[in-house]
Amino acid sequence: MLAPRWRSVAELATAPAAPAGSVVERLSRLRRLAIVPALNEEENVGRVVDELRAFDPGMDVVVIDDASGDGTARVAAEHGAHVVRLPFNLGIGGAVQTGYRYAHEHGFDVAVQVDGDGQHDPAQLPLILGPLLDGEADLVVGSRFAGEGEFRSTATRRIGITIFARVVSAVVRQRVTDTTSGFRAVNRKGIALFAADYPHDYPEVEATVMCVKHRLRLAEAPVTMRERAGGRSSITALRSIYYMAKVLLAIFVGLFRRATVLTEEDR
Amino acid sequence: MTPWPVTIVAAIASLALLVVVFELIRSRRLRERYALLWLLTGVVLLVLSLWRGGLNTIAGWFGVETYPPAMLGAVGALFFLVVLLHYSTVISRLYDQNVILAQRLALLEQRLREEHVSDEGS
Repeated sequence: MLAPRWRSVAELATAPAAPAGSVVERLSRLRRLAIVPALNEEENVGRVVDELRAFDPGMDVVVIDDASGDGTARVAAEHGAHVVRLPFNLGIGGAVQTGYRYAHEHGFDVAVQVDGDGQHDPAQLPLILGPLLDGEADLVVGSRFAGEGEFRSTATRRIGITIFARVVSAVVRQRVTDTTSGFRAVNRKGIALFAADYPHDYPEVEATVMCVKHRLRLAEAPVTMRERAGGRSSITALRSIYYMAKVLLAIFVGLFRRATVLTEEDR
Repeated sequence: MTPWPVTIVAAIASLALLVVVFELIRSRRLRERYALLWLLTGVVLLVLSLWRGGLNTIAGWFGVETYPPAMLGAVGALFFLVVLLHYSTVISRLYDQNVILAQRLALLEQRLREEHVSDEGS
C-alpha cells in the first residue's frame, strides 16, 4: 500500500462523526440536489426518491432516465422527482453528466449522486456529506472498502476493482479504495467541473483522476451498500475486460493531457 | 527472410501510427473507445515488423515462402477491414440517434408553438 500522504477520510468520518441531524441542518442553508441516474428501474426508483425526500425534504431530486423501456420516468415523477428523459441511451457517464449540467444551470451548491437501483442508502448521506460541508473536500466518494467488512463479489470483479484502486491511488498519490462507486457528493467546484467535462462508459474511475488533476480535493468515506433489489448490473464479464483496457488507456493518456480550463464564472 | 529496408520502414510506419493515434486521443479528437482498435493494429504491425523470425514462421503456416513481408500486408489489411466494419456499425448507430434527435426536436418545437398560440389566444 502507498504511504498515506493524505488524511484518511475513513479517520475523518469515524472520528467525531457529526450526527445526521446537524448535517441536515447545515445542508438546509444550501441549495442541494440529488442526481439519480436510472435505467429500467421502475421497481426501485420510487423508493429511492422517497428515501431521499425522507432524508431531507428540502432537497431537490432529479432523476435522469437514460432512455428506459419501462415506466422509470413515470414512477419517478409520481414520487415527486424532477425527471429528465434522455432521447436515447447515453450510458451511465452521459446520464450522470446530464444531472451535473442540471445542477450547474440551476445554480445548486451541493449535488449528491445516488444510483436509481436502490443500492445506495440515502440515510448514509451524512457520511459523505460531512467532509464536504466541513470544507475538507470538493468530492467525497462513498467507499465500500474504506471501512471494515468484507465485500463479496465475483473473482473477476474483485481483480478489476483491485487493479483500478492501485492504479488510481498511484496516479492521484492518495489512497483510493473504491474507484467504481457512484455514491458521491460534490460542491460547486465539482459540479462545475463535471458539468464541463465528464468521462463516458465506466466513468467513476476517470472522474476520480480528473478531479485530482484539477486540484479538487478528494476524500473517501466508508459506507455500506445494499444488495441490488431488482434489475441487473450493467457490467458483464466480457464487457469488463473491454472497459478495463479503455479506462486504463484513458488514465494513461489523461496524464499527458492539459486540464480543462474552467472560467471564473464556472467556479 | 524479410529484407532489412522493409523491416525498418514497416516498424517506423507502425510506430508513426501509434504516435498519431496517441496524439489524437490526447488532444480529444479521438475517443478512447474508438482508438483501442487502432492501437491494437499499430501494436500488432509493430511486433510483426520487428520480430523477423516470427513473421517468417507465420508466413510459413500460410505457405508464403518466397516473400514473408507479404504477410505484413495481409495482417494489416485484415485489421483495417475490422476497423472499417466497426466504423460502419458506429455510423449506423449515429444515424439512428440522429433520427431520434430530429424527431424529438420537431415534436418539442411543435408543442412550444401550440402553447405559444394558446397563450396569445387567452
